[in-house]
Amino acid sequence: MSSKIKTPLEETVDSARRGFIQKTAAVTAAVTLAPGVILHQAQAKPADEPVSSAQRWGMLIDANKCAEGCTACVDGCNKEHNLEGHGRPETDAQWIRKVSVKNRSTGYSFTLPMMCQHCETAPCVDVCPTGASFKRVDGIVLVDKHICIGCRYCMMACPYKARSFIHEDTDDQMPYAPRGKGTVESCTLCVHRVDKDGEDAVPACAEACINDGHEAIVFGDLKNPNSRISKSLKKYGGTQIRADLGLNPGVRYWGVS
Amino acid sequence: MKKKIHYSTIDGNSVGFYALVAILGLVVAIGLGAAYYMEHHGHWVTGMNNQIVWGMPHVFAIFLIVAASGALNVASIGSVFKKYLYKPLARLSAILAIVLLAGGLMVLVLDLGHPDRLIVAMTYYNFKSIFAWNIYLYTGFFAIVAVYIWTMMDRTVYEHSRKVGIFAFIWRLALTTGTGSIFGFLVAKQHFDAAIMAPMFVIMSFSFGLAIYLLVLLYAYRWTGRPLGDIVVNRLKNLLGVFVAAVLYFVVVKHLTSLYATEHHGVEKFILMDGGIYTFLFWVVQIGLGSILPLVILFTSLSKSRAMIILASILVIIGGMAQIYVILIGGQAYPLVMFPGMEVSSTFFDGVVGQYSPTLPEALLGFGGVAVALLAVTFAIKVLRFLPESLADNVIDPHFVTEKEAG
Repeated sequence: MSSKIKTPLEETVDSARRGFIQKTAAVTAAVTLAPGVILHQAQAKPADEPVSSAQRWGMLIDANKCAEGCTACVDGCNKEHNLEGHGRPETDAQWIRKVSVKNRSTGYSFTLPMMCQHCETAPCVDVCPTGASFKRVDGIVLVDKHICIGCRYCMMACPYKARSFIHEDTDDQMPYAPRGKGTVESCTLCVHRVDKDGEDAVPACAEACINDGHEAIVFGDLKNPNSRISKSLKKYGGTQIRADLGLNPGVRYWGVS
Repeated sequence: MKKKIHYSTIDGNSVGFYALVAILGLVVAIGLGAAYYMEHHGHWVTGMNNQIVWGMPHVFAIFLIVAASGALNVASIGSVFKKYLYKPLARLSAILAIVLLAGGLMVLVLDLGHPDRLIVAMTYYNFKSIFAWNIYLYTGFFAIVAVYIWTMMDRTVYEHSRKVGIFAFIWRLALTTGTGSIFGFLVAKQHFDAAIMAPMFVIMSFSFGLAIYLLVLLYAYRWTGRPLGDIVVNRLKNLLGVFVAAVLYFVVVKHLTSLYATEHHGVEKFILMDGGIYTFLFWVVQIGLGSILPLVILFTSLSKSRAMIILASILVIIGGMAQIYVILIGGQAYPLVMFPGMEVSSTFFDGVVGQYSPTLPEALLGFGGVAVALLAVTFAIKVLRFLPESLADNVIDPHFVTEKEAG
């Protein structure tokens, strides 16, 4: 049986028709099956609207609630971004890790999750030669994987050891968390969730922590005085790790001194 | 009356010449192969990891880049400071500066996670980054020194050589300042983050660059059978001694300052006492073999022997590599101080000394960069008139009188 070769115009018409049918089907399905979800999405920032400096996203982590030996946040992050390691801890990526700290003089010890602190004046952004390491106006520090040349100067500059270099090929990437061998990556503050749900967003680490019954991580808008994070910080204050560097990180802690 | 200096290309048709070119070419090819291997598999096949992100290739690259600006010094002394004895040495100085920078940059670029994105590095700039400035400083250096060579070689533009030489001198100071500031501007690491890094790198460049220059000069004249008198060699070896002492001074000042500040006691103890390989490299290789021994050789009667001057130059280079290794790798190996006064541990090697063992491909890439520089200078002196036909004492010094003439 011979198949007819399509002209470019027919191809275009076909693909347009296919796209129309797909969109119609998607909208119909969404309206019929999940009206609640659609209603919720309508309240969030549309995808084509730029992020705003009216918000500054951040996190408040209560080390008093962070359980020793619990790695729910780490597991949640790894699952969310499919950060499957290669069994080589020296070179495998870690966007978030549990750090155990013990005061040498008092013996007081605590544990906390450590990740990109989303600094206001981020050293990684300052030193990046191409601008691949950048801060969004809403405070989220990210890496543009398209223009990262893999020089790793940002890793030298980060006081929190928050970044990982991708040392080998990665498989099964998530569409919202592209990764590439030879580039640097770190916690995105689950930017895909933030862009979708705004102030209602819960990053994967915080979600896992809640699901595990600890609720040690609170996400929110540091610029909104009525947000839970702002109210908590106003009432009880918060600690910045390496506050002496004056970087004004977006992640604050309780119970770490 | 002072004799006129004649420059000429080397014959470059001996078995020895072709053997040298073949060996250097092979080392370059192996270095490129090593780079391809590392890029193809990813950096996990190297000794580098998320703790030590800059490894052996960076040691070579930084050494070559620092030495490049230092190699230009000989020309600068002639042009800028009007020391006429150095004028005949200037052309080789300038071409050596260019090829060393080329070798260093090759290593640096081939160790990137994405060397294929070199065009991105040339088109996207973040001007707050000293790295971005360095891209301009490096490319500008090539252009300025090339023009400098032109003004020295072409009689029609020779009158401009001093002006261009001064500009090149200022540029090279800026370049090495930029290289030192790569470390000086890093607030996170205890061993970096110091303004002294910039001038220390400048003085390191004087020393490393001159050591390489001396070796290239001595071997070029020995292998081509051209006369090279003691006046030139002694002047250069004395200058090398002064530079080695100056580097030592900066090292002492840096460590004394750090030792005074309690917050740096941890990292100083690590480098100077407990750092294992880094402590060994610091005291034995950098200070003992790379500084004290060359000073003893250069400033005693030992330096009457050319072989000993060659040995001293080689020791300065080895000591310089050790110095950069200790600064770069040692500075990274010492754990970040996130919680001062606290014990820290994690699955991401917080609170423990970073482990790094250079792998063969990393070293091969580094040697590839060295070979690129040496191959290029070998080629350059064959095709253009960089070397004076004679640097004998009676050619270089108008007042030189042989023992025979003196009766």
